[in-house]
Amino acid sequence: MPKVQVLSKLVKTEKLKEDIFKFSVEAKEIVAQAKIGQFIEIRVTDSVEPFLRRPISIHNLDKENGILEFIFQVKGKGTTILSKKKEGDLIDIIGPLGYGTFDYSKFQKLGIIGGGIGIFPLYELAKEAKKDGKNVNTYLGFRNKDLVILEKEFDEVSNNLVIATDDGSYGKNGFAINFLKEDIENGKIDSIYACGPLPMLRAVKDLAVELNIPCQVSLEEKMACGMGTCVGCSVKTAQSPKDNPEYVNVCKAGPVFDANYVEF
Amino acid sequence: MNLEVNLAGIKLKNPVTVASGTFGYGREFSDFYDLGKIGAVITKGTSLKPKNGNKPPRVCETPAGMLNAIGLQNPGVEYFAQNDLPFLRKFDTKIIVNACGNTVEDYVELCRILNTLDIDGVELNLSCPNVKQGCLAFGTTYEGVKNVTSQCRKVLDKPLIVKLTPNVTDITETAKAVEDAGADGVSLINTLLGMVIDIDKKRPVLANNTGGLSGPAIKPVAVRMVYQVAQKVNIPILGLGGIVSGDDAVEFMLAGAKAVSIGCGNFADPYAAPKAVEGIESYLKKHNIEDVNEIIGKVQMN
Ligand SMILES: Cc1cc2nc3c(=O)[nH]c(=O)nc-3n(C[C@H](O)[C@H](O)[C@H](O)COP(=O)(O)O)c2cc1C
Repeated sequence: MPKVQVLSKLVKTEKLKEDIFKFSVEAKEIVAQAKIGQFIEIRVTDSVEPFLRRPISIHNLDKENGILEFIFQVKGKGTTILSKKKEGDLIDIIGPLGYGTFDYSKFQKLGIIGGGIGIFPLYELAKEAKKDGKNVNTYLGFRNKDLVILEKEFDEVSNNLVIATDDGSYGKNGFAINFLKEDIENGKIDSIYACGPLPMLRAVKDLAVELNIPCQVSLEEKMACGMGTCVGCSVKTAQSPKDNPEYVNVCKAGPVFDANYVEF
Repeated sequence: MNLEVNLAGIKLKNPVTVASGTFGYGREFSDFYDLGKIGAVITKGTSLKPKNGNKPPRVCETPAGMLNAIGLQNPGVEYFAQNDLPFLRKFDTKIIVNACGNTVEDYVELCRILNTLDIDGVELNLSCPNVKQGCLAFGTTYEGVKNVTSQCRKVLDKPLIVKLTPNVTDITETAKAVEDAGADGVSLINTLLGMVIDIDKKRPVLANNTGGLSGPAIKPVAVRMVYQVAQKVNIPILGLGGIVSGDDAVEFMLAGAKAVSIGCGNFADPYAAPKAVEGIESYLKKHNIEDVNEIIGKVQMN
């Protein structure tokens, strides 16, 4: 079944932080086929301003009830309008999007690492992996205590959860990657799954290369169509020649990539 | 009610087509609807050899529109002929290939190849603002446009449409060049050159610095240009720039367009094109018009 456009009923809104919202929508057709790591595109208005859809990753899929959850931070015009929607409103959504998805099938000891608002799509991953009997080790990094979010939720779907803050104001002191590294060196991890700010993703990739461990990353890039048509959201492939770089699309080939395949 | 129009010798079942670069080769949109519902698919800009395109970021939202600097990334005409053309042929719609190149020789060679393919027409893209060579080099002057168009005309028996850039002082001059060179039609407008600056980084948002502006923001400019060109040339006009609805399409047709294209409106609403067909129909019904051809160029100036 292909991607669809649906008018989804907003069944629940939750304010997680001053500027972070969790929405639950009824979207049976999308939920039925969605894979881990995919995203949706939301049109926040019927008018032509703001013009483009907003790509937002899937946080949680309730397959039984056909409910999809996504979490977003209010950052600009689009997310401001979105944040004002009320329970019962209909939201125009296209999904599921992206062919590059998280795949842990060949591994047992998962190291899931996320930073800041990049942690949201990792929830569905941890949840499903744990259900499948994998050993799920999750490392979430935040700048400080005030920004820590979804600790309880991630705890429920992880065998081992590390919360780290850059300033040590909550959880462990330092970058989440340091604790991931320790556990890899202690043989507790056989694969890495990452989503978060670019500097973190780059460090995770370097670590994966250094310790020779498979690593999948979920990338973001500015998008227009979100479905592979406009080829706007490109990322360079690692193997391509310097003087004539080749690109793949985050929205179609990704958003999840084998870290070695792309240069970011 | 008749919706059929003859655009430059290509019989379209209705006047709504989809613009180059905003519909790929149709695959992504075929998930949403039968491509046979629209008059024609105009393919992504296709060149002789594969092209990798520009560094990201390549797109950015603007008020009621967007900026792009894709850089004509495409798999090349050979790949198109083997993979995308057979796919598109499954649908009951016309196929117009948007052709681009760096040099006049590129364009001519490409047209030679396109002439042998099972396509319905060629749209010569002389108007991409995001590549250094080609378009800007000879798409902005009467002589430049006439030269490349007449050379392509010599090798192309299929309907030939030339797509013009609005980034000129007087678009009727380049439009006249298209007609004088013997092309069958002219399409306008391509994107308007623009720039957006990230004020915190003090740098342009696009890696290419500048990009092409499209979307509803440019519609009045496009309508004006279509009107002006309609006063100057006799070949049919394919009008585009900011169309998102049937009403927008009608506006272009009243200004003188024989058919229209929907561009980045497809991104906001993947059903924009079939909805525009319905919108034109309801306009005709409302005004008791039997044939869509009757509204072409019917604007009455104040
Ligand atoms: C992402 C993107 C890619 C485009 N690529 C091409 C192209 O390859 N060839 C071309 O002739 N025009 C290209 N265009 C221009 C459109 O076909 C159209 O002329 C322009 O966007 C104005 O129409 P619109 O406002 O309806 O989008 C592109 C536009 C966009 C937004």
